[in-house]
Formats: sequence, structure tokens, C-alpha cells
Amino acid sequence: MKRIDALKRIYKLLDSKLIITNMGAVAAELYSLGHKKNFFYLEHSMGLASSVGLGIALSKPDINVIVLDGDGSVLMNLGTFSTIARYNPKNLTHIIFDNESLLSVGGFPTATSTGTNLKNIALSSGIKFAYETKDIDEFESLFEKNINIDNASVIVSKVEAKGPEKFTMDLGLIENKIEFKRHINSLKEN
Amino acid sequence: MAVSVKNSELIYKSLKKCGVKIVSALPETWLVHLIRFSEEDPDMQLVRLAKEEEGVGISAGAHFAGLKSAMLMQNHGFLASVNGIVSLAQLYRIPLLMIISYRGEMGETDPWQTEGGLRTESTLKALDIPYDIIDSSESVEKKINKAAVLSESSERPVALLITRDLMVE
Repeated sequence: MKRIDALKRIYKLLDSKLIITNMGAVAAELYSLGHKKNFFYLEHSMGLASSVGLGIALSKPDINVIVLDGDGSVLMNLGTFSTIARYNPKNLTHIIFDNESLLSVGGFPTATSTGTNLKNIALSSGIKFAYETKDIDEFESLFEKNINIDNASVIVSKVEAKGPEKFTMDLGLIENKIEFKRHINSLKEN
Repeated sequence: MAVSVKNSELIYKSLKKCGVKIVSALPETWLVHLIRFSEEDPDMQLVRLAKEEEGVGISAGAHFAGLKSAMLMQNHGFLASVNGIVSLAQLYRIPLLMIISYRGEMGETDPWQTEGGLRTESTLKALDIPYDIIDSSESVEKKINKAAVLSESSERPVALLITRDLMVE
């Protein structure tokens, strides 16, 4: 499975949700499908995309929050699983595109290429619903199912180590933040 | 040694007056009452962290969602959070109200706190983080309010160092 194809499958389902991505390929590929004001690309501080997602999920419990993360970032902040598990916000879905590589900086193999299993770490950290899939149809159905369950969930999507042709995005970091924050503030509470 | 309940209460009430709704924390001796107050308060969301840097992400998320937050940590937790502070909070202009217990300053008995204590203020200065030191109960409310106002208006991290004289009886 290619990450861009997996993103295409779920892209149409992201409209009513808040999306946080980590930096690099995930951000550039989601952006390439068409930027929307409910997308926030965390273009640094690797590992914290899921912490930002948790902060939003706890602040806005009626809005679905989707974190689109990578194996390299998650490996830098494994404690995030424990923290998310402790509060278990039902509106948080943490998707990890695992290409077993730090692709954006030259393709160095990460520890998931030598046996580390992020799904098992998530489960052992107390996340009740964690899955791993290599199949794009299964990924799509796991996504559709887990955004509506009463628990936080983790979906590890094993993808090829192939990135976008270009990483550039015509969107300033602060511009992205202001637009995203303004969008959240415009949403009506349920 | 006992941690001052009275001054912890003063700090907590000052945070509440500033409209803080989310507090992230990692346990530290001097913060014990503050964390307990946060947990017992139905109007406060306490987020217990595995590592302090996660708190930068929590505060960023709260800021996006329009809520005010504060971070409770030891100065070693601040030192462990530097990349998140620089590459999230400063890069994206996120207000952080950091309440930091100032271990390793004058009067410290634990040898392991001393190196971090020595480098806390110089690190804050190197990172261009405005900070103030609270060492007496009289200035708690005023200093917390001023720090909260500056962090919101500048959309940047601001730190308050709470000292042994304030926290230990």
C-alpha cells in the first residue's frame, strides 16, 4: 500500500473532522490532495502531533480529531500512547503510516524495520483498540469503523517507503495555524 | 520539610482567575498539592503526562480550541521540553504559561538537582523566554496574572519559577 493511495481513500471523510499531521511526507501528500482549513500540518517538533491531537480532543469532546502520524515521529514520543490511553478520548483516532523509514531525511531505517511493533506497544500502553494492516481496503474499513467508536484508537498502516515528488507547500506555518484555529472557533458545539 | 498548602492554593486560585481550564503536569514534590487541586476540581482538565514535552502539544491543542492552559513542571522537565517549546510553541506562536518549580537553587539539599538549577535561568534567557521568580506569597496572584496576560498577547511561552521559599515550609 502507498500512503498517498490510503490518504485518497479517506480524504472525502475528513471534512467534518480536525486533522493534525506530522511533518514531511504525510503533510505534503495530504496537502497535494487539496488543502482544507480543517488541516493542521505540524512541520516540526516530531512526536508531538498526537499530543496536539489529544489537547484538541480533550478541549472539544464533540468533534472528531484525526492524527496522521509516522513511525519515526511516534518512536520519538512513545509515552504518548500511555497518556492517550489514560484519558481515552473517544473522539481521537491516531493513524500511523509506518514505512519503517525516516523517509523525508534520506530513508534511514527506523526500529519498526528491526522488530518494533507499534500496534503492540499501543495495546500494551493501554489503548483498547489498536490495529495494523497492510491492505488498503482493510485500512479504509478500519478508519470508517474506528472514527465512530467510544474509545481512542490507533491504526498502524504499513506503507511503502515512497514519498511525494516535492515537499514544498504554499502555506505559511503561522497562516496554517491562524486559519485552523479560526476554523475550530467557528464550529458550533453539539 | 512540608510543601505549603496555603501557597499552593494561592497559585491554584490565581491560575483559575486567569481562566485556565487545562493543566498538564508531571508529579514533582513541590507540585503535589497543585496537581491534587487540579484533579479534584470538576472544572479543570488535568492531563498527567509521561514526559513534560507532551504538555507543549496539549497546550497547543487547547489554544487551537480556544481554551487557556498551564503547564506544571520541574525545571528539569522544562529542560527536557526545549525542542517542543522552540519548534512548536515559538515556531507557531503558541502561548504557554509554564509554572516551573525551581529546584537546585540556594538551599537545595539534593545533589542531583543542582546542575539543572544552575542552568535554568541561563536556558530561559538563551531561549528568549520572559520569566519571573515568585518567592513570596504576596506577589503570587499579580505575577501569575501578568505572565498569563503576556503569554496570551505575545502568543509565546512565558515562565514563572516558583522557589523553595514559596513552596517549602
